[in-house]
Amino acid sequence: MRVTFTANGKPVEADDVWEGESLLYVLRERVGLPGSKNACEQGECGSCTVYLDGVPVCSCLVAAGQVQDREVRTVEGLANEETGLDPVQQAFIDAGAVQCGFCTPGLLVQTHDLLEREPQPSDTDIREALSGNLCRCTGYEKIMDAVRLASARKCQKVGTSE
Amino acid sequence: MSTRTIQGQKNLQDIRTGSPDGIGGSPLRPDGTLKVKGEFAYSSDLWHEDMLWGMALRSPHPRANILSVDISEAVKTPGVYAVLTHDDIPGAKFYGLEIQDQPALAKDKVRYHGEAIAIVAADHPETARRAVKKIKVEYEVLTPIVTEEQCLNPEVYGYVHEPHEFKSHGHGNICHSQKLVSGLGVTDEVRAMADVIVKGEYEVGMQDQAFLGPESGLAVPSEDGGMDLYVATQWLHVDRQQIAPVLGIPEEKLRLTLAGVGGAFGGREDLSMQIHACLLAQRTGKPVKIVYARDESFFGHVHRHPAKMYYEHGATRDGKLVYADARIVLDGGAYASASPAVVGNAASLGHGPYVIPNVRMDAIALYSNNPSCGAMRGFGAVQACFGYETQMDKLAVALDMDPVELRQLNAMSEGDYMPTGQMIDSPAPVAELLQRVKDMPLPPPLDLTNLDVRTLPGALSNTTHGEGVVRGIGYSVGIKNVGFSEGFDDYSTARVRLEVIGGEPVAMVHTAMAEVGQGGITVHAQIARTELGVEQVTIHPANTEVGSAGSTSASRQTYMTGGAVKYAAEAVAQALIEKGRKRYGWTHNDLSLIGGKVVSESAGALVSMVDLLGDDAIDLTREHHHRPTVPFDKETGQGFGHVQYTFCANRAVVDVDVELGLVKVVELTAAQDVGKALNPLSVVGQIQGGCTQALGLAVMEEIIVKDGKVRNASFTDYLIPTILDVPPIPVDILELPDPNAPYGLRGVGEAPTVSATPSIVAAIRQATGIALNRIPVRPEHLTGTL
Repeated sequence: MRVTFTANGKPVEADDVWEGESLLYVLRERVGLPGSKNACEQGECGSCTVYLDGVPVCSCLVAAGQVQDREVRTVEGLANEETGLDPVQQAFIDAGAVQCGFCTPGLLVQTHDLLEREPQPSDTDIREALSGNLCRCTGYEKIMDAVRLASARKCQKVGTSE
Repeated sequence: MSTRTIQGQKNLQDIRTGSPDGIGGSPLRPDGTLKVKGEFAYSSDLWHEDMLWGMALRSPHPRANILSVDISEAVKTPGVYAVLTHDDIPGAKFYGLEIQDQPALAKDKVRYHGEAIAIVAADHPETARRAVKKIKVEYEVLTPIVTEEQCLNPEVYGYVHEPHEFKSHGHGNICHSQKLVSGLGVTDEVRAMADVIVKGEYEVGMQDQAFLGPESGLAVPSEDGGMDLYVATQWLHVDRQQIAPVLGIPEEKLRLTLAGVGGAFGGREDLSMQIHACLLAQRTGKPVKIVYARDESFFGHVHRHPAKMYYEHGATRDGKLVYADARIVLDGGAYASASPAVVGNAASLGHGPYVIPNVRMDAIALYSNNPSCGAMRGFGAVQACFGYETQMDKLAVALDMDPVELRQLNAMSEGDYMPTGQMIDSPAPVAELLQRVKDMPLPPPLDLTNLDVRTLPGALSNTTHGEGVVRGIGYSVGIKNVGFSEGFDDYSTARVRLEVIGGEPVAMVHTAMAEVGQGGITVHAQIARTELGVEQVTIHPANTEVGSAGSTSASRQTYMTGGAVKYAAEAVAQALIEKGRKRYGWTHNDLSLIGGKVVSESAGALVSMVDLLGDDAIDLTREHHHRPTVPFDKETGQGFGHVQYTFCANRAVVDVDVELGLVKVVELTAAQDVGKALNPLSVVGQIQGGCTQALGLAVMEEIIVKDGKVRNASFTDYLIPTILDVPPIPVDILELPDPNAPYGLRGVGEAPTVSATPSIVAAIRQATGIALNRIPVRPEHLTGTL
């Protein structure tokens, strides 16, 4: 089948898609967006998290056909060509929250969503929001630091622009 | 590298870093930006035009004879390019890390659940999956050999490897064994010298590395009849050494390049998909990619050895250890993997960081029809630490002593001797590390008036509002070796090139070190900056064009390959200074490279490196060999067996819902001596990550194996800690230099994984009063419903 959707603001078209393929497979293998990761492919690890019409989902659990005419935003779509990295991305680098980095794309999207909804989350809010994203390297401490840092920077930015 | 295009190869090219810090700083990772943009190419991201997908057929039985394999239907499937079995292998049929006892594809029999029998290459992963299902294998299913009793009585229960095919150092179903005796050993006379004796039997479940990036890689056949393999591994050269003979090609025709590695933790020391992808690429003449799904990953790599341990300690009334006795039985599963080294570590480190006048130890690894076990972070030392630290707590209770004071009373320090007779010839601040975790402020007590259920045992499940919750505190300390031991010369190679690019001196560092996430490439750039006085450093992709860097294992990479980078950079600096002496006739003996200039301590800056280098490049390669070690004596365990020792102490604070058996670790504190923190941010990250895997082993993680069959090969059923399960992990770093090591550094990665588990179990024990002799601790162990 053919699937057409919007990925990171650009129209994409995937041909010869087998009906059993996931959105994750189509992104990674058919439209050249391998940033979303394939760690468990059953919705447990969160590494494949993308926005689907603005809502974070595990792209491994979304059938390719379900995204027809919908909008997908992946980790590749977080940075802005003009303003550079999103504050969440920069904070993950600065805080040492990236080791092997395989969990990072999913965590970035999930954190991005959290801070959009709640700019100043408590530590427990952060833990709840990110509890569906497994990381095996860091012990999560630096990820907590990164989210706090991104929150502080985003709030500061809003403060100075007001 | 292949000249053909491979998509997703940004990190297969040079990574440049402009961050200015040298050693002791915490510059940002050179691969960090690629990783946060989703542009870093992991081994599973690679794509090649005309590429096929490989997949393996795996045995559903842990022990069976293969009567026939019929591939005819599979071959006929449209889109299938090749179906290969054992008989199609052009070269050596067996491979292995230390002992070549594992068939590349099973022939005649399977020895574990998930053993690969045939491989398929097809144009789509689903085509491959369907073709695999069409392969018909006729099995004669046999009763698996899985218990210690069965393994040790092969004449009754059978052999995992028949005597005529046995390749290991042991016999029967014993893969490897190591005894150790020191002092007077353990006899009735020695026992009589003790006022108090404590004994215990302990058990450790099978833990999985559970790295997030699945086993994967891309094999690209080359025109010279060789192969280019892009793969996630821990040691490129030892992979090549094992793969080339199976393909029947000389090693120089097999070129390996490290693709992005999504974590390792020991699980990528052994081969997984490498040989299979190469065989399929060799047969079809097309590039072949293999990516394991998570369930296949659980079958595709070795795990942490489960252990059954007997410990006995005797002490005087005032708490001085008189003797220690132990027997450690490790289940190595079907193939040897790293079992001999695991046994060596268990035997030599298995009595912990304590001074004990009389010691006996007997450690063995069994062959069985359980999943193969091998390297996982801290191997051999992790299992033993749970045994000896539980014994220390038991002894403290028996003596009515404080558990930290008892440990400190017996703690080893520099100048003391290991039970192997090896003197500890660098700092060993065991007592101080314990004091440091003890002195750290405690988290506030449980406040029932101001509760957030998300912070309680059960968390989001909302299972308690504080009723039935009891707090406990526990301590532990552990010891681990750094580097390969027992006479193994695991040298590292580094190539450093210095030249002027764009009007600036730039250093390039080329090693075969596997960057698996630990941050080795960050440290290499820091070392080059420090030694060469440059800011710009380029990290060359890791490949087999340069000499071996050894394995990213055993906490050794910064020590070994970091050391090699240091020595190569020093040689480059010397060569540049010599060039200056020749050109300018300098007679100073106080020259070094600082801030892009050749600087004399007495006369100041002499010349800029740019002017001195001109159009020349200085390009030198150096090997770093650690001091030699020797094998342990087989019967007495004596010998200078280890390169370096590393120590970590922990304090755990837990809340236990004693009614439901749920545990919340509230805080896990670590204190570790790292010699010199080359990159403090990364060092802390290693310690926190190591503690977290130890937390997993304490209360969550176990591969459940029943009659040789794996029951939970998924992240739904094999649970690793989430951000809700992991508490704050305060880290206290001590820097006492080791005079034998580059920059005085001490390997970091494993010690916390060794030491943290028993502290958590001790805290649960304090909260509940339950003995807890098995890990992971499960709810049913705490509620008495088991």
